[in-house]
Amino acid sequence: MTATTYRDAVRAALREALARDSRVFLMGEDVGMYGGSYACSKGLLEEFGPERIRDTPLSEGTFVGAGIGAALGGMRPIVEIMTVNFSLLALDQIVNNAATLRHMSGGQFNVPLVIRMATGAGRQLAAQHSHSLEGWYAHIPGIRIVAPATLADARGMLWTALEDPDPVLIFEHAGLYNLEGDLPDDAGAVDIVKAAVRRDGRDLSLITYGGSLAKALAAAETLAGEGIAAEVIDLRSLRPLDEATILASVAKTRRAVIVDEGWRSGSLSAEISARLMEQAFYDLDAPVGRVCAEEVPIPYPKHLEDAALPQPEKIVRAARQALGRNG
Amino acid sequence: MLGADMEAGTLVEWLKQPGDALKRGDIIAVVETQKGAIEIEVFQAGVLERLVAKPGEKLPVGALMATFAGEGETAIMPAGPPPPPLKPPTLPSPAPTMPRPAPAAGARVRASPAARKRAGELGFDLAGLTGSGPDGAVTLADVEARSGARPPALAAPGAQLAMRQAIGAAMTRSKREIPHYYLSTTVDFHGATAWLEAANRDRPVTDRLLYGVLLLKAVALALKQAPEFNGYWSDGGFRPSVPIHIGVAISLRQGGLIAPAIHDADGKPLDQLMREFRDLVRRARSGGLRSSELSDATITVTSLGEQGVDTVFPVIYPPQVAMIGFGTPAERPWASAGQVVARRLLTASLAADHRVSDGHRGARFLAAIGNLLQAPEQL
Repeated sequence: MTATTYRDAVRAALREALARDSRVFLMGEDVGMYGGSYACSKGLLEEFGPERIRDTPLSEGTFVGAGIGAALGGMRPIVEIMTVNFSLLALDQIVNNAATLRHMSGGQFNVPLVIRMATGAGRQLAAQHSHSLEGWYAHIPGIRIVAPATLADARGMLWTALEDPDPVLIFEHAGLYNLEGDLPDDAGAVDIVKAAVRRDGRDLSLITYGGSLAKALAAAETLAGEGIAAEVIDLRSLRPLDEATILASVAKTRRAVIVDEGWRSGSLSAEISARLMEQAFYDLDAPVGRVCAEEVPIPYPKHLEDAALPQPEKIVRAARQALGRNG
Repeated sequence: MLGADMEAGTLVEWLKQPGDALKRGDIIAVVETQKGAIEIEVFQAGVLERLVAKPGEKLPVGALMATFAGEGETAIMPAGPPPPPLKPPTLPSPAPTMPRPAPAAGARVRASPAARKRAGELGFDLAGLTGSGPDGAVTLADVEARSGARPPALAAPGAQLAMRQAIGAAMTRSKREIPHYYLSTTVDFHGATAWLEAANRDRPVTDRLLYGVLLLKAVALALKQAPEFNGYWSDGGFRPSVPIHIGVAISLRQGGLIAPAIHDADGKPLDQLMREFRDLVRRARSGGLRSSELSDATITVTSLGEQGVDTVFPVIYPPQVAMIGFGTPAERPWASAGQVVARRLLTASLAADHRVSDGHRGARFLAAIGNLLQAPEQL
């Protein structure tokens, strides 16, 4: 075991990919000279050279399009977008090209592209750098969406994503980069298909992913003190959803609270709730609860930002409500 | 409230006329529903303005039947045809045209989907329950706790378990909802036994009568004079039954019991009752009971004679309102005309629903059974 951070785990994954496969290269804003806005690629330019660690202009549409072209040409590009807010400039390339080309070419051309980007709030970066829009991407057929919430997943999801013949978007919650922990020395590729049960429980399923996992686990700890055994599901893959794991958990606990830093309206949490209605209705003992971001642009002041986001206390309240106890 | 499951009703008659002053609780109309005729009450004082629905008309729930001005309001209804429904301002605004249901009465029980599913499997009635879930919703655990059913995961699967759960659910409901009272009396069964021995002497073994059919027939005939023990409790009231269908409790070899009905037992001779009883026992134990036999009983009789018990304390099988139990006929000392003699005696007991009848009537019913058994040749 080695003590490490989420950021170092991401860097270790990048380094492994670059070393293992000469078709892999990294490109994005400030990934080279600056070492990455979140310092994930620090040192890689020196180690792998400017051919494979490429700084790009501030033009998301252009460099994501270049990544798609490179992937079509046989490369295995890793494109880093600084935050999900900026990825909207590349939405056309992602939705209209990356996600569709295999379909529109009748299977002749696939796009083995990996796009990494930071998502989420909590660091006072205000409304243009703090949103959680991964749920939008999870709407799109033709791309796979994953959200590593642990060191092992930060370390292991990238290689598996590169192996995928189709586009994979990896959403790294910006609040996780400083997360510390131990990682086995032989940590490596992990599956990017299944959800994980991060804590067993029988009374309630807390369904979450990414930056909200730690909050859900903290809430579960509080609930345990009240005699409520909450199961915590880490979705890991947002598209496709691992329905089997979700349904098995809810069949056992009969109650679910979904924790999602995205807004509630038209969201991933709404989708999961709908699937529970469709497939687990007769298992339910309470309405499916949701803890989401307040429906405002994420505020800059710390106290307002905290108030706008899911927090352990809100999760605890929703859980109590699902169990018929006073919130 | 005409019932949450009701979709339409037919207006039978108006009991009030336009201009009549109404006070809360007045009956203004009679409506025929799937559950029978229901009287429509007014929930607020005021004046009846105009009758819109006509007798004989079938109306969906929520349809405008009449207009009504609340106390202190001026009736401003125009004469002539009813106003188009899209112009509510022409109606006195707070004047309800249908009595508003009291929120508690007939309101749909708040129960989770899991609870409803389980209750359905158990035949467990959720009516009137408040549970432990959000806003008092009944949860799966509530159903299992209150029906007496164990969670399936903790018990062996199979038909026996299902039967035990069904019995548990029915008996729990019975003990929860039915205010039982119990009476018992000792019946002189000596003459009946002697008569039966004589009657069986000339019969081939297969046609012999068991004493149980005498008991069934006596109960059936006694019920003709005691209609408050024959029928069902439903929708908050007693529905007496004219036909007398006697449910016979039959214990099953693998455990559990079932109480299928012998239809119209009062009108059948003993030999026919005996044939039907044997057939029923055979089919109860091998499968093949008809659904009408399982749902039609208007009262149940249980006889634990073979088990050697003196007295049975029956638990009424809902929605029935009474059950008769018979103990083992046995020779015991009996005082008669100043002499103590050995007679064959039998204890008959009654459990009955206090919502329907009282001990006084129950005592007469039991006495009638005892009297009928003194003249077995007339059964």
